[in-house]
Amino acid sequence: MQQDNSGNSSTDEQRQIDAFEARIAAGETIEPKDWMPDRYRTQLIRMMSQHAHSEIVGMLPEGNWITRAPSLRRKMTLLAKVQDEAGHGLYIYCGTETLGVDRQELVDQLLSGKAKYSSIFNYPTLSWADMGTIGWFVDGAAIVNQTVLAKASYGPYARAMVRICKEENFHKKQGYEIIATLARGTPAQKAMAQDAVNRWWWPSLMMFGPSDTDSPNTAELIRWRVKRKTNDELRQRFVDLTVPQAEAVGLTLPDPDLKLNAETGHWEFGQIDWSEFWAVVKGNGPCNRERLEARRAAHEEGRWVRDAATAYAAKRGGTMPNGATPTSASASAAA
Amino acid sequence: MDGDTQWPLWEVFVQGEQAAPHEHVGSVHAVDAESALQNARDVYSRRGSVLSMWVVPSASITASQPEDRGPFFEPGEDKIYRHPQFYKVPRGLKGF
Repeated sequence: MQQDNSGNSSTDEQRQIDAFEARIAAGETIEPKDWMPDRYRTQLIRMMSQHAHSEIVGMLPEGNWITRAPSLRRKMTLLAKVQDEAGHGLYIYCGTETLGVDRQELVDQLLSGKAKYSSIFNYPTLSWADMGTIGWFVDGAAIVNQTVLAKASYGPYARAMVRICKEENFHKKQGYEIIATLARGTPAQKAMAQDAVNRWWWPSLMMFGPSDTDSPNTAELIRWRVKRKTNDELRQRFVDLTVPQAEAVGLTLPDPDLKLNAETGHWEFGQIDWSEFWAVVKGNGPCNRERLEARRAAHEEGRWVRDAATAYAAKRGGTMPNGATPTSASASAAA
Repeated sequence: MDGDTQWPLWEVFVQGEQAAPHEHVGSVHAVDAESALQNARDVYSRRGSVLSMWVVPSASITASQPEDRGPFFEPGEDKIYRHPQFYKVPRGLKGF
């Protein structure tokens, strides 16, 4: 960019930033070809790709129990949920690509361990009751977050969230139905449900991210309407929704400090162990390594499918839309 | 990742109900048109209500630019005589 002595380029850029922020303040939606500050673009790429990675990695803890679902109905519904998560990841990857990044780069970042994804998926699923708890708590928390993101300032992200919110509803109900069924079953079944609740409650609260005082990005993301509510606000909303749901099925939440504040109408809750959160975020949760290994294996073991598709397209003499011919070079490279 | 490509990008349009126009719902990566349609079916029709689906190579789409918005569309903005309110007829008559 040319810079003359009067520093016009930086004034121009400031004018562009001011115009951009005025659009945001007026509630306008930013679309892929609109001017945006570099930082808006990079923050969105980070947020959206982390979200997409979370959907894909999120298939693993539940995929673990598909072959051991206790009935055909449970298997069918769990399969459908996991399929949805794959689809959700794909919606968000496509939305991220509108910001000028290639999906291959994002996939590489995930497989190399450079990219983050939601810490909740680094916990193991130890019993069938975990399937219920995940749908109820994890999808429940995601719904609280995503409902608000459906009004984010970036068009492709907001639209993906609207689609996802519609599909997510059965996820939470499916999970809660599992828990409610176990809770009114045999004492062993109820104990299994309670045990799962005890293990998943605090990590689910951590899904909303660090407390507002420890979240330096939040103010800027709120000014740009990428985030619409703070971490603590969303976490409180989730707690308020979930406490009565636990009471309704006769299960307790593992927090002795949980009590209703009659004045505010909110459920006050105990201290979160942030050392656990940071340990998991930094890669030292129970399943971080296992999750990455599973994704790498899936990518490698799926290579023959990609190669076959490419070879088939080449064989039929098709040209790809950009005029190139698909090559089957990768088939021999993988041998 | 040697030999890995995400393949070309295709935009997906879906007609959700009778007489409705096709609406843009997102995109898919695919190696050719047939698998683009199959991928789009897998990704964008899990909740039913899809009567028809189009996939179009993203590279084939020509779009207006945001910065042209003013001059490019301006001729249509200020021709109020294209709207019925511009015209005065006696009141109370049927068919107006």
